[in-house]
Amino acid sequence: MSKPRTLFEKVWDAHLVRPETPETPAVLYIDLHLIHEVTSPQAFTELRQRGLRVRRPDKTLGTMDHSTPTTPRNHLGIIPVIDPMAISQLEQLRKNCAEFGIPLFELGDENQGIVHVIGPEQGLTQPGMTIVCGDSHTSTHGAFGALAFGIGTSEVGHVLATQCLLQRKPKTCAVRIDGRLGPGVTAKDIILALIAKYGVGGGTGYVFEYMGEAIRSLSMEERMTICNMSIEGGARAGMVAPDDTTFEYIAGRPFAPKGADFEAAVARWRTLPTDEGAVFDHELTLSASELKPMITYGTNPGMGIPIDAPVPRPEDMPDARSRAALDKALAYMGLEPGKPLLGHPVDVVFIGSCTNSRLSDLRQAAQFFRGRKVAPGVRVMVVPGSQQVKRAAEAEGLDRIFKEAGAEWREAGCSACLGMNDDKVPPGKYAVSTSNRNFEGRQGPGARTMLASPLTAAATAVTGVVTDPRTLMN
Amino acid sequence: MEPISTITGKAVVLPVENIDTDQIIPARFLKVTDKSGLAAGLFEAWRYLPDGTPNPDFPLNRPEAAGATILISGRNFGCGSSREHAPWALQDYGFRAVLAPSFADIFRSNALKIGLLPVTIEQAIYDELVAMYANDPQMALTIDLAAQTVTLPDGRQVGFPIDAFSKYCLLHGVDQLGFLLNQADAIAAYEASHPQPVKTTG
Repeated sequence: MSKPRTLFEKVWDAHLVRPETPETPAVLYIDLHLIHEVTSPQAFTELRQRGLRVRRPDKTLGTMDHSTPTTPRNHLGIIPVIDPMAISQLEQLRKNCAEFGIPLFELGDENQGIVHVIGPEQGLTQPGMTIVCGDSHTSTHGAFGALAFGIGTSEVGHVLATQCLLQRKPKTCAVRIDGRLGPGVTAKDIILALIAKYGVGGGTGYVFEYMGEAIRSLSMEERMTICNMSIEGGARAGMVAPDDTTFEYIAGRPFAPKGADFEAAVARWRTLPTDEGAVFDHELTLSASELKPMITYGTNPGMGIPIDAPVPRPEDMPDARSRAALDKALAYMGLEPGKPLLGHPVDVVFIGSCTNSRLSDLRQAAQFFRGRKVAPGVRVMVVPGSQQVKRAAEAEGLDRIFKEAGAEWREAGCSACLGMNDDKVPPGKYAVSTSNRNFEGRQGPGARTMLASPLTAAATAVTGVVTDPRTLMN
Repeated sequence: MEPISTITGKAVVLPVENIDTDQIIPARFLKVTDKSGLAAGLFEAWRYLPDGTPNPDFPLNRPEAAGATILISGRNFGCGSSREHAPWALQDYGFRAVLAPSFADIFRSNALKIGLLPVTIEQAIYDELVAMYANDPQMALTIDLAAQTVTLPDGRQVGFPIDAFSKYCLLHGVDQLGFLLNQADAIAAYEASHPQPVKTTG
């Protein structure tokens, strides 16, 4: 019998061109490289300067998402880009993909969307693969049992030129989430609670494997939400063992194997889950049954509380450093310690981002908009993760529900998650956002972000104040 | 890339934990297609007041911080996004090394690729450096990469860990892509013996 291995170890071992030694890191083969306009231009410049080609354009895919506008199409059906710097960046990606033979889902294409939404929906993301992108939320793809992580632009160049990365083997961490979620509590609340419990640096150096009853019962889109925010817990990658839920999701998608090839692939994928007796370097635990909807009050994703809890008080912090961090965060957020967030007025609600912009997220949000109006004075942006998500939502009338309630129904992209386009939260204003980061200025200079689930965001949109979604449920 | 052997320079302390890459360089500065001029966006929200004038209370803006080449900051430095613009901006501003009790994984990896040295120090040493800096905002440090030591202002030397391969590349000024390109035969052999799970070109 060979030594029992974890899911991560199986994927890692299968992609070793050269194992690591004390002197040199492993040479790790990459099955899929996703690129976008923001973190790739300098890598292509490097390639040209060195006279290099893209080794495997057939394992590379580009999309436009970060700096693209999400404003409605004009009368010609075109999404107009007016920011000259965004135009230049998008043009550069178009030119780079054309010159090196890389397929591109450009702005206006029926498949365009957020890079971490389109990989899975196209069936490109499959169990056992290695997937990288110049974006930290590449961890999303780990929901399929792939090893997927974000890389910097130098490494984007490495993968373009060699289809490989130099990597030291990370440590493994089992994240056991037992129990079942109660009504109104979602996958987003699981990951926000986990990060609140273990901190934003808790996963540094590790690859998470999420497991347990709660994870097994989640849909693929919910698993993606959890893996997406692994990086907010410090882990570069998060994985979920593939199962029937995974295989059913993949079946029939454009790039998924077909017929007998699919059956053969499923047989291979079934060998991937962690072996009985495999050892992890570390373990974290969380009980799903005890969770409430979560919301953040501070300026990193670890500063989260159950929605009915008071904002922590600096004097209750265990040490001077955490007191200082909390003081700084509350000053930026303009929040009073010891008071609950429930009932706090909100100016903007953003429903979107690679964390929560898929069809199931939009369906969840729509249930609170149906037959209700957005509260006066609140701006609500609903931004589907991809053109496909947008069409699917429109096919079932979700767009009408949002629009009739007074919310904006926009084109696909990263949007107000990071405010690279015009979708921003104004200075000093409060936003409840389904995105992944509440850093100072993340959604625009001076923006005050509270992270929450699509349910909490939608409940807040129609009341105008931070609202526990369970109070609106029948 | 310039080889690094020792870095001696004035230090500036930014005593904040979990400094994320959105603070190091906000997303609106990422709309460039090259690496130049990113220093203008470094810590932009903290460096400038809302009216655009420099914030006199921000450590980097104090007169004694002029010419600092070593940044000392709290744990989990560089958390958040994978943007290499963060180490580019620090380097463009003039920093050659960052000392912190811990670094986020992607930031560390990016910094090592471009020759911005991430130096992990013990929390207790960090606390001491914060105190020393309060007494002497002109304090200087020496980082010896070959010996993997930091010489503190009081003459004590403390060690720091660094991956052997990254150390070699930094000491000799060679970039890691060259090493990977030399693996072409092994990469071709891997490709020949492994099926391709997906083909993006259809």
